[in-house]
Amino acid sequence: MTHTNKERALWGIGILVVLLYALIPVVWIASLSLKTPTQVGDRKFFSGFSFDNYEVIFSDDTFIAALVNSIGIASIATLISIVLAAMAAYATSRLNFTGKALILSGALAVAMFPPISIVGSLFDMWRAVGLYDTWLGLIIPYMTFTLPLAIYTLSAFFREIPWELEQAAQVDGATPFQAFRKIIVPLAAPGVFTAAILVFIFAWNDFIFANTLTSTDNARTVPAALAFFTGASQFEQPIGAVCAASVVVTVPIIIMVLIFQRRIVAGLTAGAVKG
Amino acid sequence: MEAAQPVAEAVRQPTAPPRQKTTDRARAERKLAWLLCAPAVIAMLIVTGYPIGYAIYLSLQRYDLRFPDEKEFVGLSNYVDVLTSTTWWQGFLNTMIITVVSVSFELVLGMAIALVMHRAIFGRGPVRAAILIPYGIITVVAAFAWKYAFDPTSGFIAGLPLISDTAQPLNTHNGSMLVIILAEVWKTTPFMALLLLAGLALVPDELHEAAKVDGATTVQRFFRITLPLMKPAILVALLFRTLDAIRIFDNIYIIQPGGALNTESLSILGYNVTINRVNVGLGSAISILIFIVVILVAVFFVKALGTSTAQQRGET
Repeated sequence: MTHTNKERALWGIGILVVLLYALIPVVWIASLSLKTPTQVGDRKFFSGFSFDNYEVIFSDDTFIAALVNSIGIASIATLISIVLAAMAAYATSRLNFTGKALILSGALAVAMFPPISIVGSLFDMWRAVGLYDTWLGLIIPYMTFTLPLAIYTLSAFFREIPWELEQAAQVDGATPFQAFRKIIVPLAAPGVFTAAILVFIFAWNDFIFANTLTSTDNARTVPAALAFFTGASQFEQPIGAVCAASVVVTVPIIIMVLIFQRRIVAGLTAGAVKG
Repeated sequence: MEAAQPVAEAVRQPTAPPRQKTTDRARAERKLAWLLCAPAVIAMLIVTGYPIGYAIYLSLQRYDLRFPDEKEFVGLSNYVDVLTSTTWWQGFLNTMIITVVSVSFELVLGMAIALVMHRAIFGRGPVRAAILIPYGIITVVAAFAWKYAFDPTSGFIAGLPLISDTAQPLNTHNGSMLVIILAEVWKTTPFMALLLLAGLALVPDELHEAAKVDGATTVQRFFRITLPLMKPAILVALLFRTLDAIRIFDNIYIIQPGGALNTESLSILGYNVTINRVNVGLGSAISILIFIVVILVAVFFVKALGTSTAQQRGET
């Protein structure tokens, strides 16, 4: 198809609008994070490059602890969720059994479940069993609430795998384990990886559980730590420091999104539309 | 579609091969399937099923952590207290306003972005990467970005042309609701756009070509061909986003801490009563009522989805 210059110009404008839409708030926090306290009130997008705010947050034990908690908790929850979901997704996409529909609808119900409905109970239960304010206390709900997303995404991917290849390899003399490792694992890896990214983003983003089930640096993650950030005096909101911390936790997500954009889109839509 | 899939699976089951021969194999397969599913199912039951049951039990008690000794069974009186309070209905109204307004804007904006991406002549990659940023960014961070953008002393919005220098939307109820909705729309439109884009891809090009030959305009083709064929995809996107918007918490917590200026949503109300005021009994009643609201909305959408897919199957 050929396109006139007018059409090209229109698309150019459309793309520019979408780019501005997505980037303005991000550029704004980045800009605030680079301002000195005297520049914060100038309302300008570019007024200076001072890394003072970054020095402040990286010398703040609370922020460092929150960062470590966020990375550790989200990674472990992702790992467990993906392993459990891969098993369940293999069963629902490959095997025939009664109760499959029940499991899939159950997972769908969990995906729609309002977390606020159980934070009170979990708060009470976790304090009784000693899970309150611990890594495990957050890993358990994160792992569970990401299971539906992981199961649906993985079963959509697993359904596309040509499983006959496994038997073909065995006919050619491969052991079952070799067939699995050399044929199935490489075919399944992209789907598993995609699901892992989506699950990680979910766990990394959570605020409600992190806020209600933690109380100290022991397990508090970045989103909750940001909400409790206080400045030099309690009346002064440390805008610069909050923005610097925000930029630190946003940069990895932006890098991930830039590298894996195709996979993320495929994963999001596979789970919801084809699933 | 997710909701239709299990139904389709269930319908397919009875056509299994003759019984006697395959029993052993089928039994082994079923056993393996259940073994593989068991850990996930157990985890989901323990973390959602049990606490919901416990919340129902707590909601029937007078249970305030400040006065633990006064814990006793009080029947449905917590529910009566909640449903006769103005705070519950204010929270309900706020939640509905935020949900309806933000999901409507997301549908229109998401459709526009999906169309731009679907028909892109160039630049599809940068657009896709850009819209994934709001999707991936932490909600709390996005809320701070918008809060600081509207801040009367340091925000850039008040300095823009056409906007009064003294505008302070965060000091009024309506202004705050607007900023909360804006932050919600900004963050979640990309998700809507991607689901709609996947739906757009399912509309066959031949239909558009045929309609073009018959003289249909672009607008006619959009409303008569694209939209009707996308109905299931739109309903799925609306279902996910509506149920997500009803649970709104992070944005309000950051933009108007504690739901100040009457901006409490139902989730914020539940949090304030259960966690801040440690009135676990009353808070649990709120939790269960929110759960019921979510179920009702979900049932409504799943029914709508069922009829729409059934209609489509009947027609084609």
